[in-house]
Amino acid sequence: MANDNNVGPKRLVVGAHYGMKDWLAQRVTAVVMALYTVIVLISFLTAGGFNYESWIAFFGMTWFKIATFTTFMVLFYHVWVGVRDIWMDYVKSVALRLTLQMATMLWLIGCAGYAVRIIWRI
Amino acid sequence: MSDDVNKKSRPEFRNIHVFELMNYRMPLAAIVSILHRISGFLLFLSLPFLLRLLDSSLQSQDAFDGMKECLSNPISKLVVLALSWAYLHHFCAGVRHLVMDMHIGLDKDSARKSAASVLVVSLILAALVALKLFGAF
Repeated sequence: MANDNNVGPKRLVVGAHYGMKDWLAQRVTAVVMALYTVIVLISFLTAGGFNYESWIAFFGMTWFKIATFTTFMVLFYHVWVGVRDIWMDYVKSVALRLTLQMATMLWLIGCAGYAVRIIWRI
Repeated sequence: MSDDVNKKSRPEFRNIHVFELMNYRMPLAAIVSILHRISGFLLFLSLPFLLRLLDSSLQSQDAFDGMKECLSNPISKLVVLALSWAYLHHFCAGVRHLVMDMHIGLDKDSARKSAASVLVVSLILAALVALKLFGAF
């Protein structure tokens, strides 16, 4: 069948091919976030009480800043894939769907900027 | 093959419309799946709110106390509880997905069992969060 088209048997002429990439990205990002959740839960449960000093000391550690930063960035990518899927599944109008997708993208980039400021201000 | 009448009376199964959901029996896995989507969307919408909380908790002692004060209000406790459930459900359903991607538990019986466990585990954990929030321990 692949020989029937006129572009040769090895070239795929259909599909945007981002399905597999996004599918994989969603899994990889999920694993990173799950690990971060476990780290935070363990540190939180083994720490004493929840007060400002211990909280800020925790977020002041460089390794934790980097871990938080990475997790947030990965989270925004994960959210992008998931929310785009929702728009693609339920919004039939192309104009509305593209508008919602753009809005989601801008919204997430804004959130990413805010997150960076919060993490690196300490 | 020739009887058109018979052909026309056969029911058609196309994509289910939202209004047909009520009389469509959803298997447990379908309930987990739609809740996975709803919880994810809820968490997406609450992102700026959660970032704002993190921001004020790290700003200063005063802002930290203000945040604690704000969260002691019963309505904000309910919001926190709802978001905790959303996170827990999304987490558990996500882990189920990852396990199934490794071709573990794909048969009908184990898939149903894992779907039930996702619902039960996330509700139990959410109940623990509720007890903690409302000061039972």
